[in-house]
Amino acid sequence: MRGLDHVVVRFAGDSGDGMQLAGDRFTTASALFGNDLATLPDFPAEIRAPAGTVAGVSAFQVHISDHDIFTPGDHPDVLVAMNPAALKAHLDDLEPGAAVLLNSDAFDERALQKAGCSADPRADGSLVGFKVYEIPMTSLTMQAVKPSGTKARDAERSKNFFALGLVSWMYGRPVEPTLEWLQRRFASNEMVREANTLAFKAGWNFGETAEIFESAYEVKPAALRPGTYTNVSGNTALAWGIIAAGQLAKLPVFLGSYPITPASDVLHELSKHKNFGVRTFQAEDEIAGVNAALGAAYGGALGVTTTSGPGLDLKSETIGLAVSLELPLIVVDVQRGGPSTGLPTKTEQADLLHALYGRHGEAPVAVVAPATPGDCFYMAIEAARIALKYRTPVILLSDGYLANGAEPWLVPDIDALPDLAAEFSFATEPNKVLEDGTEVFWPYLRDPVTLARPWAVPGAPALMHRIGGLEKADGSGNVSYDPVNHDLMVHLRAEKVAGIARDIPPVAVDDPSGEAELLVLGWGSTYGAVQAAVRAVRSTGAKVAHAHLRYLNPFPANLGDVVTSYRRVLVPEVNLGQLRKLVRAEFLVDAVGLNKVAGLPFRRLDVQAAIVLELEALGGHFDGNLAEE
Amino acid sequence: MTDLAPAPTTKKDWTSDQEVRWCPGCGDYSVLTAVQLLMPELGARRENTVFVSGIGCSSRFPYYMNTYGVHSIHGRAPAFATGLAVARPDLDVWVITGDGDALSIGGNHLLHALRRNVNLTIILFNNQIYGLTKGQYSPTSEPGKVTKSTPFGSLDQPYNPVSLALGAEASFVARTHDMDRKHMMEMFRRAYEHRGAAFVEVYQNCNVFNDGAFDAITSKENRPSMLIPLEHNKPVRFGPNGEKGVVIDSHGSAVIVDVAEVGEERLVVHDEARPDPSLAFALSRLANGPYSPTPIGVFRAVERPDYGALVQAQLVDAASRKGPGDLASLLRSGTTWTVA
Repeated sequence: MRGLDHVVVRFAGDSGDGMQLAGDRFTTASALFGNDLATLPDFPAEIRAPAGTVAGVSAFQVHISDHDIFTPGDHPDVLVAMNPAALKAHLDDLEPGAAVLLNSDAFDERALQKAGCSADPRADGSLVGFKVYEIPMTSLTMQAVKPSGTKARDAERSKNFFALGLVSWMYGRPVEPTLEWLQRRFASNEMVREANTLAFKAGWNFGETAEIFESAYEVKPAALRPGTYTNVSGNTALAWGIIAAGQLAKLPVFLGSYPITPASDVLHELSKHKNFGVRTFQAEDEIAGVNAALGAAYGGALGVTTTSGPGLDLKSETIGLAVSLELPLIVVDVQRGGPSTGLPTKTEQADLLHALYGRHGEAPVAVVAPATPGDCFYMAIEAARIALKYRTPVILLSDGYLANGAEPWLVPDIDALPDLAAEFSFATEPNKVLEDGTEVFWPYLRDPVTLARPWAVPGAPALMHRIGGLEKADGSGNVSYDPVNHDLMVHLRAEKVAGIARDIPPVAVDDPSGEAELLVLGWGSTYGAVQAAVRAVRSTGAKVAHAHLRYLNPFPANLGDVVTSYRRVLVPEVNLGQLRKLVRAEFLVDAVGLNKVAGLPFRRLDVQAAIVLELEALGGHFDGNLAEE
Repeated sequence: MTDLAPAPTTKKDWTSDQEVRWCPGCGDYSVLTAVQLLMPELGARRENTVFVSGIGCSSRFPYYMNTYGVHSIHGRAPAFATGLAVARPDLDVWVITGDGDALSIGGNHLLHALRRNVNLTIILFNNQIYGLTKGQYSPTSEPGKVTKSTPFGSLDQPYNPVSLALGAEASFVARTHDMDRKHMMEMFRRAYEHRGAAFVEVYQNCNVFNDGAFDAITSKENRPSMLIPLEHNKPVRFGPNGEKGVVIDSHGSAVIVDVAEVGEERLVVHDEARPDPSLAFALSRLANGPYSPTPIGVFRAVERPDYGALVQAQLVDAASRKGPGDLASLLRSGTTWTVA
């Protein structure tokens, strides 16, 4: 068995071939084995694009390693291709010398035609430079599952487990987690359980006995921080974070949401946990979803709405109302490729300016963005903290990459989570004495420190009040068209949100030497690729600093000092330069951008190349041998 | 909150300190008065009452009620109110809306609030015109209506709001008009007491942009011959001397007849509690606007579980089956492993 420090495996097949499942099981087995890992599912927007076509290819990439890693890997070392379309779609991504495991049963004339191959790639030189293993996976699977009594047509569907078994053997994955999972998952369907188990074992045994592989490989466990781990996707972590926020704030959670890719899984996950008092409401549309959440917040609940870009467009007017009503509201935007319907299943970071400015009038809101799938949990809690304390909408910007990507996640100690209940209270008493001595309640009499207005929920006899989207008089909250008052209220709302900067951590700068001249400034889901690239560049002795923003509005209070203290600032973003525009506007810093908007997260190499270019512009030299992640 | 019965209140207790700013002579005043007079009779608690409105003249209503109130976004009041009512089943949530607000920009939300049977009392002020934006045609304006935006006449087919509500599976549907306070109060009372979504259409005069739109049926002299009062378990009959009535023909349509010609026993007996809404619908089709004899009263009042109560029941059920939520277990509910 040969040792490897890391390997990147991509399972690719038709969207009906079960590649997401194979990838997911491989990931779980690797997590239990103790590897660090990161995953990247990549599936078509159509539920079933035409079978056998490139458009219908579904893939799942997993990066496993014996040390801490930050990305799902740039280029696969192993590609499992279940048909010609899968091979065609992914061939260009492969590392030179990569292993290609083909299902040779699927390379007939018709399949090649459907995939749009003019010639058989196995024979036309396309695969030169790769280690190609042609394995008749369909027929071996059908042979193997015969004892289960499965019909021929159904038997063929177990071939993903054959592939999983084979790859599991190649990398010495433990088989028990997969076998146990099959027992549980198909407890009530003996035939399918048996077929998949037989196929999985056949795949494993094929690797063991077929003598076409020189050897199996071993990726040793990584030295992770001690503790209990679980594997979470960003959407699951986000849903758990919302549940946790409700528990920590001692408030019932109300989710108003409309199904939309790639955010729907947050709705699904929250809908499972009604025993936490979580009310989930699948509204008639995006607008109703956010209005119901705001109505619930008015009634004293933790109001949450979840969506993706097109839904954020529709919610804009209501977010403006929430700004005016000054009520806590969490708006989750799991960003996807735009504009319009765009690329529903692909990732992008192009809603940043929309989140900050996408409303009429001066309508500031707080904006936060998790850095990793597991960080979605913490940023959901943080979004709730800010919303509750400042009575403001908070937009949380996740994206398709975080949503579906997974990582081993150190399960937090509940007692160490913030006590959100201590961050706010409901109003209970009149707060103003009029000149005639009458005690009254003024809904817009602000806390002098936070500038938050009282949260006065129906039910309290002393606090009855009427408010709406019309401009309100400072203090009394009565409708006011007074020009001076409007100017004051616009400033107060802006100051309130700007003041959150005093209540969030300063941005940390990772600059081990303290002598770097180049700062790489990222935000949101680019954290992994940027951190991996920075480490690789540093391994050559070069100096480069990395700062990562999880708070986009307001910015951390020290950000101006940070960005002005470097000669050069590089801002990698999966958009055309939205954070860069903000940094330039706020701090008059001539930041440069690395901008790729291909529906995919950055690869480490993309960022690394940009860093090298910037360092060379600053006078550095590189021999081109940069370390691997 | 206490279990004690609320102290008796008067109209004054329900009146806020804000100056009412509708045009002098607007029908909205009489609706406001009817509600303010009714609330003490209902024995409702002001602090547990929330009026939610959208945008439009009538949507200023919450500012004038000494309760909780939210003047929300154009069309969205039913959605906002749904969240509030589901999160707070202890509250009385009223929705105040208009023909533009509820039937045009917010049509979708009205349909779904009715369909779900959210516990809301929805009062739709129908004046067949856009008042706040100064006189454009609305989704209930008659075809051919000349307004600022339709100088050559409106080309739109109008809605019949009662038919629409019935089609949306509403469990309570009524119609009243702003010239009859007693009837309005009765309809609002019935709507308030109905558990679930209660929908009341109020024919309301806009004396500035659509004055007299309802005179043909609501003026004192026209009422006896032009309003068809619907009363539960009674034959549907109207006219100054009860000489007109309604029968259901062989196709299921409601038809106005002379009682003397067909005989009293052939008249349809109104049944607001019929589970099937087709009778209510047939009655709603007798008039598609205030141009011919028009039914008023309760078209439909059936018992159906309210949405908020169903949501609450699921929470209770989940907690009894799975136990109360435990965060530490939730975070360990997937596959876990330990690194020493």
